[in-house]
Amino acid sequence: MTMLNVGRPTRPIGVLAPEAPAGHGKGLAQDEPLIFELDRWGKTGVDFDGEDDDLAAADLDGLIRTEAPALPGLSEPETMRHYVRLSQKNHAIDLALYPLGSCTMKHNPRLGEKMARLAGFADLHPLQPQSTVQGALEVMDALAHWLTTLTGMPAVALSPKAGAHGELCGLLAIRAAHEARGDARRTVLVPTSAHGTNPASAALVGYEVREIAQTAGGHVDLADLAAQLGPEVAAVMVTNPNTCGLFEREVLEISRLTHAAGAYFYCDGANFNAIVGRVRPADLGVDAMHINLHKTFSTPHGGGGPGAGPVVLSAALAPYAPAPWLVRDGDRLRLEEHGDGGASLGRVCAFHGQMGMYVRALAYMMSHGSDGLRQVAEDAVLNANYIKARLSGVMSAAFPDGPCMHEALFDDAWLEGIGVTTLDFAKAMIDAGFHPMTMYFPLVVHGAMLIEPTETESRRELDRFCDTLLELAAAAKAGEVERFKGAPFHAPLRRLDETLAARRPRLRWTPPAA
Amino acid sequence: MRYLPLSAADRADMLGVIGAADIDALFADVPAAARLAAPIALPRHAGEAAVERALGRMAARNRAAGAGPFFCGAGAYRHHVPASVDHLIQRSEFLTSYTPYQPEIAQGTLQVLFEFQTQVAALTGLPVANASMYDGSTACAEAVLMATRVTRRRKAVLSGGLHPHYGATTHTLAHSAGVQVARLPAAVDAEAVVIAAIDADTACVVVQTPNVFGTVTDVSAIAQAAHAAGALLIVVTTEAVAYGLLKSPGEMGADIAVGEGQSIGNGLSFGGPYVGLFACTEKLLRQAPGRLCGETVDAEGRRGFVLTLSTREQHIRRDKATSNICTNSGLCALAFSIHMSLLGGAGLEKLARINHARALRARDALAAIRGVEILTGRFFNEFAVRLPRDAASFVEALAARDVLAGVPFSRLDPRAGLDDVLLVCATETTTDEDIQGLAEALNAELAA
Repeated sequence: MTMLNVGRPTRPIGVLAPEAPAGHGKGLAQDEPLIFELDRWGKTGVDFDGEDDDLAAADLDGLIRTEAPALPGLSEPETMRHYVRLSQKNHAIDLALYPLGSCTMKHNPRLGEKMARLAGFADLHPLQPQSTVQGALEVMDALAHWLTTLTGMPAVALSPKAGAHGELCGLLAIRAAHEARGDARRTVLVPTSAHGTNPASAALVGYEVREIAQTAGGHVDLADLAAQLGPEVAAVMVTNPNTCGLFEREVLEISRLTHAAGAYFYCDGANFNAIVGRVRPADLGVDAMHINLHKTFSTPHGGGGPGAGPVVLSAALAPYAPAPWLVRDGDRLRLEEHGDGGASLGRVCAFHGQMGMYVRALAYMMSHGSDGLRQVAEDAVLNANYIKARLSGVMSAAFPDGPCMHEALFDDAWLEGIGVTTLDFAKAMIDAGFHPMTMYFPLVVHGAMLIEPTETESRRELDRFCDTLLELAAAAKAGEVERFKGAPFHAPLRRLDETLAARRPRLRWTPPAA
Repeated sequence: MRYLPLSAADRADMLGVIGAADIDALFADVPAAARLAAPIALPRHAGEAAVERALGRMAARNRAAGAGPFFCGAGAYRHHVPASVDHLIQRSEFLTSYTPYQPEIAQGTLQVLFEFQTQVAALTGLPVANASMYDGSTACAEAVLMATRVTRRRKAVLSGGLHPHYGATTHTLAHSAGVQVARLPAAVDAEAVVIAAIDADTACVVVQTPNVFGTVTDVSAIAQAAHAAGALLIVVTTEAVAYGLLKSPGEMGADIAVGEGQSIGNGLSFGGPYVGLFACTEKLLRQAPGRLCGETVDAEGRRGFVLTLSTREQHIRRDKATSNICTNSGLCALAFSIHMSLLGGAGLEKLARINHARALRARDALAAIRGVEILTGRFFNEFAVRLPRDAASFVEALAARDVLAGVPFSRLDPRAGLDDVLLVCATETTTDEDIQGLAEALNAELAA
């Protein structure tokens, strides 16, 4: 039954809002307890078929747990409410611009979701006979073709499961290549501005990490690089475009120096989205580069994964690629899963990698085509430069001279003496409806604010974003410090006590003391 | 182009605001020699319908698991996933959000992670679980490295019952870190010889239960032996549904439990994306890899959740981090957690018992066939059989009869000398007709 509204139209009444009643929510935003607090212990929300089975499991006597796992089971309606209510406490790219620099939060085409759910992909076992999965291998082959063609590189290892996993894989190939020559090199050079994963991956592969200095202009310091290169250096890892949002204009010299020292040039491809279709990494002298399919080719970030991190490899490194790889036998495709007798570095994960991401990325590539992908890079760079141009008069660009690539980097010099920090400013953005930009990264820029709009933002949304930041900046400069210090005020929660969380870790729910 | 909102007029106007003559001016830092003048030689853009057609054709060339009798397991399992799970993970706020670095506007994801960690801890019987790894195999490799950090020893003993892909993945990572890996020979009852391989240099022992041949073992004695030698016990589980029925790793004395969580909430998807489960004792917490979500309060004292203990992680500690992991398996962990919230402990136990009962029924059907020898004694939902000849060719022949009979062990490890061994798995999705289909096809093939 619907409520009869006829004759009772509502209209705004000038009365101040009372405090919302405590403990149940506010407007449409419902409070939601943990599943452990919903009084569903010992219950289940799943109905099972096959009631005629003997469920005694007498043959497993002595191997069975003494009691079922202590976990509640919600009915389907409770489950829907629980997760839909929780979902509403998240920001998302489908809600508004998500300007996290280095993270590439762009629109995720739903065609990819639809395609990945086709039974022929989603309901396919990785170890079915290869004769029954030729279409899946065709997807991998097509993806490999797109990736190698776009990068100009001869080979690609598809299986790494995320960017950092790709770094690990590329460095393992580099290590294997050096070892094959009996050349035990111990060091990897990484710029100070690098993603944290770069030094972490190098350390995981057993390398000592040394930092390369950066110039005042935000580029790799060539003189320092040249001075540090030597017979102990296995690889130089450079992100290009770099984490300051700048193209390493001396990249050809970086690769020449690296190769002259007998080292390999690893490129962190996290920012490939800025140059895809306009520049091929092979033409920059790159030996290995991972490609985050969840960035450049827009598979959804999913609140922290899953991603996929295929690594393209030069001819020198290709023989060391991990298993499995594809082999074409006539009109049939075959996965070589063991790499017998070859120089392969081994396996980096079970099975064949992130098939679900391959399908989505391929759908994205086929949709855009070579012309659309080039436009992706151009619009991403255009949007970032537009933001940089619109905000530069008020906020201080870290590298004001010349264009940026796909992200605009500001420092906190413009906030000096106001009493508002980068963190405060970012949190105030939340109250104004936007997710903050990446803060305090790269480490080389004081109070860094790294803004990456991506190509999927409209002019209108860019203007809305810039207008908001300019308005906030004006408020900060006008001394409205309170608006920033306590922010956010209008988010589902206020600032959280991260110190408390770390000092006294509570990492799971436990029953309240009786 | 449907995904690009800017019009030609927008672009021209924005270039004016920027003060750039044309788009090429923004790419001025690219060396002239590396600038591509024209689009790369690949197909041009395509409409949704055309892409659907092309990918649909590829999908149609595959034999979906559910299209007929299907008995493959060996680390990836076909289970029924409730419709609500896939619906919920496609909510924009979950699907299109980033890692929850801004907790005030990411409480949805964070609360899910907290619930996920609690669920994983309860299933594994250990007090601490992280917010997920890429998959079971990489979780296993990370656990081994963690054990070497904790014990300051450089040797890992891997049971011959460990999934060969897990062994290979662990070997790759451990080898590069200078850790010696002793992989024991593959055998149905490989756990029996593990204790003898432990010595004073051993950092950890890695055992899998149910093992890759399906054998279920109480590893308590291995835990005691490992601990007596100052080593840690890592227990691997590739079939998460087994947590519902079998003794948990924690109950048997594991220091670290790693698992593949795909079985709960996630489809087969040809091997990925999956979700690695990682749990350990309190004492080992600060050496754990990956993200951790913790409870705290906000400025008004309300309960909330944040990512915590991040001083272990790469974005803070760089080359001193406990792992290089950044992106993990957030959405797969969400699917796991939703499915687990529906099941509850009681439902998972029931599901596990049904799986076991289905596998017993499959075993009985195969045991009745002349020429088929059942190798695994006590198993959960998967067992090994010996065939009169090469199992891989049997599997191909049965596939031609539209029966996917299982995984030949040689597919996982061609060097083990177990070419006649077939791994057969049944789950709640396996019907009596499927089992009958398998038996008939096997009989026919054996008679051929």
